Amino acid sequence: MKNPIGNLNKIFDSRIRLGVMSILLVNEQISFNDLKQLLQLTDGNLASHLSNLEENGYIRVYKGFIGRKTNTTYSITKAGEKAFKEHLQGLENMIRGMK
Amino acid sequence: MDSEHPSLETLQDIKRMMERSSRFISLSGLSGVSAGFVALAGAWVAHSWLVNPAGTGEGPDAGGGGDFLALKWKFILLAGAVLCLALASSLYFTWSKARRNKLPVWDHTSRKLLVNLAIPLMAGGLFISGLLYHNNWHFVAPSCLIFYGLSLVNASKYTLSDIRYIGMLDILLGGVNMYFTGYSLQFWALGFGVLHIVYGLIMWWKYDYRGAGQ
Repeated sequence: MKNPIGNLNKIFDSRIRLGVMSILLVNEQISFNDLKQLLQLTDGNLASHLSNLEENGYIRVYKGFIGRKTNTTYSITKAGEKAFKEHLQGLENMIRGMK
Repeated sequence: MDSEHPSLETLQDIKRMMERSSRFISLSGLSGVSAGFVALAGAWVAHSWLVNPAGTGEGPDAGGGGDFLALKWKFILLAGAVLCLALASSLYFTWSKARRNKLPVWDHTSRKLLVNLAIPLMAGGLFISGLLYHNNWHFVAPSCLIFYGLSLVNASKYTLSDIRYIGMLDILLGGVNMYFTGYSLQFWALGFGVLHIVYGLIMWWKYDYRGAGQ
């Protein structure tokens, strides 16, 4: 018997990381401030989740400038897209299994 | 709804995040309704100028070269006033809807919406200015309808997808209007007035009224 929650990714247990991935899947590139606004988080909280996703190779970081202000943007990687879709499939399987 | 199931709740969370981060959802149906009424009022003023040029203070023999030029400028000013009033009233209703839902009016979704709305609209503006410059006023109304329709179709990917259908209907109206330029004002009033009001009411009913009742 296959473990029904085997497809679920531990990294996406966090609602915030799940939110970041959902947003990045439908937006080619998004800035730190837009993410902060959408998820209604503080700088520090969001930054720690983002670096976690980056370390796992799920998102890519671009550091740029608008005038003198730093403008950091993020995009999803191929690996991130794959992992997130598998996680979604896992969730779906779980719901089907429960019925 | 089905929130007793944690995975289902998570999926709904994901869906909501995707939706909210890629589309500007605060567009209010009432914005369409108000813009429609402004357009109808503008068309009514234009109509009264056309059937009774004497009432414009141009004298009974309006229609001559100089008078026509004056009338043309009056129409351009009227069009500008209609555009400003329609924009202001629709901004107001959208702004108040965003505030009610505690969502930002100016974020990356509204930015994308405006840019994509503006591209075909600016092209239309240039094209129509060219028509007026060459005194080719026959095709002004159909061009307005077609370019505005294209703008809406283009912008519909970045907001409530319903505006795609207003866009397609406007393109259709503009296309038919090309062959019946004698009825341009009627076509214009239908496309910018009636369509906005009808669709605005539908969208208001679908998203604001029923949504608020839940």
